[in-house]
Amino acid sequence: MESLGVAAKWRRPGVRCGAGTGREDGRSGVRRRGVGRHAARFSAPAALKEGQITPTELCQRCLALVRSTQFLNAYITVAEETALKQAEESEKRYQRGQPLGELDGIPIAVKDNFNTAGIETTCASNMLKGYISPYNATVVQKLLDQGAVLLGKTNLDEFAMGSGSTDGVFGPVRNPWSYSRQYKEKSIPRSDSEPENSNWVIAGGSSGGSAAAVSAFTCFAALGSDTGGSTRNPAAHCGVVGLKPTYGLISRHGLIPLVNSMDVPGILTRCVDDAAVVLGSLAGHDPKDSTTVQDIFQPFALPTLTDVSKLSIGIPKEYHVPGLSSEILAVWSKAADLFKNAGAKVVEVSLPHTHYSIVCYHVLCTAEVASNMARFDGLEYGHRSDMSKSTESMYAATRREGFSDVVRGRILSGNYFLLKQNYEDYFVKAQKVRRLIANDFVKVFGSGIDILLTPITLSDAIPYVEFIKEDNRTRSTQDDILTQAANMAGLPAVNVPTALSERGLPIGLQFIGRSFQEKQLLTVAKWFEKQVQFPMIQLEEVKKHDDGVLQHQKSASFS
Amino acid sequence: MFSCQHSGFLCTTDHLNKVILAPWVPVVGLEIHAQITSNSKLFSGSQVQFAAPPNSLVSFFDASLPGTLPVLNRRCVEAAVMTGLALNCTINKKSLFDRKHYFYADLPAGYQITQQRVPIAVNGSLSYSLCIDNKMSQMVTKTVRIKQIQLEQDSGKSLHDDARSQTLVDLNRAGVGLMEVVMEPDMCCGEEAAAAVRELQLILQTLGSSQAIMAEGQLRVDANVSVHHPGEPYGVRTEVKNINSIRFLTKAVDYEIQRQIKELENGGTVVNETRAFDSKLGCTVPMRDKEGKQDYRFMPEPNLPPLILYDAKSLPANVNHQQVVNIDWIHERLPDLPSVKRAKLVELYGILPEHSFTLVNEDGLMEFFEDVVKRTQMKPKKVIGWILSDLLSHLKQHSLTANESPISSFLLADLLNLLENGDISSSAAKQVFEELWKGEGKTPLEIVKEKQLELIQDQEELEQICQAVIDEREKEVMAIKEGNKKVINKLIGLVRKATRGRANPLLVKQILEKKLSE
Repeated sequence: MESLGVAAKWRRPGVRCGAGTGREDGRSGVRRRGVGRHAARFSAPAALKEGQITPTELCQRCLALVRSTQFLNAYITVAEETALKQAEESEKRYQRGQPLGELDGIPIAVKDNFNTAGIETTCASNMLKGYISPYNATVVQKLLDQGAVLLGKTNLDEFAMGSGSTDGVFGPVRNPWSYSRQYKEKSIPRSDSEPENSNWVIAGGSSGGSAAAVSAFTCFAALGSDTGGSTRNPAAHCGVVGLKPTYGLISRHGLIPLVNSMDVPGILTRCVDDAAVVLGSLAGHDPKDSTTVQDIFQPFALPTLTDVSKLSIGIPKEYHVPGLSSEILAVWSKAADLFKNAGAKVVEVSLPHTHYSIVCYHVLCTAEVASNMARFDGLEYGHRSDMSKSTESMYAATRREGFSDVVRGRILSGNYFLLKQNYEDYFVKAQKVRRLIANDFVKVFGSGIDILLTPITLSDAIPYVEFIKEDNRTRSTQDDILTQAANMAGLPAVNVPTALSERGLPIGLQFIGRSFQEKQLLTVAKWFEKQVQFPMIQLEEVKKHDDGVLQHQKSASFS
Repeated sequence: MFSCQHSGFLCTTDHLNKVILAPWVPVVGLEIHAQITSNSKLFSGSQVQFAAPPNSLVSFFDASLPGTLPVLNRRCVEAAVMTGLALNCTINKKSLFDRKHYFYADLPAGYQITQQRVPIAVNGSLSYSLCIDNKMSQMVTKTVRIKQIQLEQDSGKSLHDDARSQTLVDLNRAGVGLMEVVMEPDMCCGEEAAAAVRELQLILQTLGSSQAIMAEGQLRVDANVSVHHPGEPYGVRTEVKNINSIRFLTKAVDYEIQRQIKELENGGTVVNETRAFDSKLGCTVPMRDKEGKQDYRFMPEPNLPPLILYDAKSLPANVNHQQVVNIDWIHERLPDLPSVKRAKLVELYGILPEHSFTLVNEDGLMEFFEDVVKRTQMKPKKVIGWILSDLLSHLKQHSLTANESPISSFLLADLLNLLENGDISSSAAKQVFEELWKGEGKTPLEIVKEKQLELIQDQEELEQICQAVIDEREKEVMAIKEGNKKVINKLIGLVRKATRGRANPLLVKQILEKKLSE
């Protein structure tokens, strides 16, 4: 794509993009499909149903891609054996003509902070290296119950504490777009002295592994978690759809917590329709999670919106934060214009307490972290230090060895805020501010606004070497600023890939909806997705890292 | 050793057999943990069972596996509501759960879920009675205020193996539901504390909300003790733990009061500390692992929504009754509490209030008494004598409860019927009782037959025996005839001796009087 000045341009409607599998030549070829042809949602199920591709073939193809994109470091554990077994089971169901539903045979990946029975769950921490949970998280169980094929566990920041997927013990996740033709064409050639791949960009975080896995076509959907933006941020950087549902709509049972009162399992897919399918399979009350809503959830198919004139889109002025790149700002206003031109009412609104959310989040997050991490003492599970002088010294050594500086730093601050003498001044105040932030949204939605449209990141993804110049805390503070308020208020929010930046990297925008109004939110997101025609990633690097074994499939997939 | 006057102010201490009037006011408050009787734990589905093999009743949540969440057990909530109502508490329609943090090997999550800010029940009271002398004839009723009742998790158990410097952890108890009953410092001595705890124990057992057996750790009492001079602020308090029987509670509290008084009178100070009661030595000692100030860093439990309770008025329509707890519904179904039971016993059987007290307070004794009353023609007023002076004293001697009595209520009723029908004398009845106590499986009638204890019903036979006595005792007969009527009792005694207690004394007296007046 040619560079068109400061602002990124929409692609012309009608240009095919997005990805899916479809039969091309009667053998095993898979061709990409346009977003416009995504109306059948997962395009893979159609191919599966029609017998054009078998679940085992699909699984093998994805596993091959997982291998050939290993350099992205998107996966911590690849569960090849169990995945193939699951695919085999799925195949039998298709043969009997009794698939379990749209997800049957669909390869998925799960962030490594969800418990998976029999498959290691590490949270990218030394504390849980080698830990094999005896149970499945409810969301994992639900996916498996519907026939999904679990390929593996994806990389993250240790215990989901970060915004780059750079701070886990298994190393940083590389953004697949770093290896795209789009990025390579735009990036300024480096001097010869620098290693060739030193300008790869971060995937965003903390669900960077899941976002990269979906972006690089290794799976069709992935689970992330979202506490302050951890699903939406990497989705924006990796050019995929990232949905953070309403707090309480999806069970957290089995999600290793960061901040219980804000954590939500997140959904990463290549298009909005797919996100709705996965949401439908996960949402609803879980007797194992008392914070899930009792109401019965009705899965929905997204209607295709043709008329947006009844919509009222709010543009919160506080999201025009210092540090917001002119490029993002331009994409944002262009999106607002898009709605206006289509007849929607676009209104500037105010969420006056937004700028307190970072400091408020810092207190609430670290306090819960301090509490949640208390269980990691080396006694029941996880890492245990050899130190055996006393129980206390064993605790201390275990936690020093098991947790990174980032985790320990948050535990320390959290315990400080919870001390009796500090509790009122910090924790209680932060809770009050949280209420004010949530009330801002209530007021705005009460005034007739249907959906809020905001930026999601300050800029496009930056190179890893730049990113690590600042510490985790600074980065988290900068990066969560546009996403966190939705967690404070428990509202549903979604990243929709919108355009490519000047450097050829994805830019996403965020839609925030009313509580439990996912259908409305995603319907609007789908309309927007169709308008912007976000380009498909051109992953040439995948071929380069392929030993030739998968050449046929690769070229078929990504020609 | 130590007792309180009615006023509750000045205390007489009987120390080293010397009664001194000490210008000290002891203040005693109690924190009582009662294990809730329920099939499963407070927040998990694991079974609750005493003395199961170690770590056999542990769910993923109990072991604090990452990602597990608490799910509140409705039965535990109902038990706490019941207990709160029985203790005249205000039940909070909305209560909250909090995390209390501390590191300990038997606390897997590193925090305990409790109710620190808004507990389920507040502002109640408990009336209890105690006797002010040892003869049980003078009873006084007192009231202690209940500050609150909170729901919380029990911890596991640590077993320290010092020889191998190991700590073994059993998580069977981890997560079992507890009700912590916090009593205001309204008591002033060990006996009051013990009486209050005994009354609470009876209430819990009556409700079935806790088995409340101290020896099994289902009821654990911590005592806060301080002393001060009248008119001055409360003194520094100590907390006494490790008290595992009501008897030890009396001892521990009284010891601690004495220790503090002695300390202060010798110019020392009392430090705010946790002390353990050593039942072998009969004293309290500082607990080493509780040294230093703990900051529990309380925080709201984010995984549990507020606990909402309803009453008839607030109960929403179309609500699934399995999903809600209705306070009024529970209130209507409360069983008779011990105080009501006692009043009913007095009214129904015409027994003395102090007797009703003993009947209710002794394990199973009331049921035993009522069973006997049902099966005999003897008046309850007479039955109570047998229950309290014969049965209970035997039980106490052998440290048994009424349920463990070798004499069942059936056998005792049979025995009392023999007595009531005039088949045996009361002295023979005592003999039969002794025989029955041996538990050899004989019925009272069999024993009576075997030992030939039945009264001589044959008038002629009795007259002959009486005549024989009269013939032998000329001196006594003369005295009676001269007007010393009392001497007849000696003759009656002789007849009884001759019949080995098998003569009806009234009948014997009649026969003798008739014969002597001839």
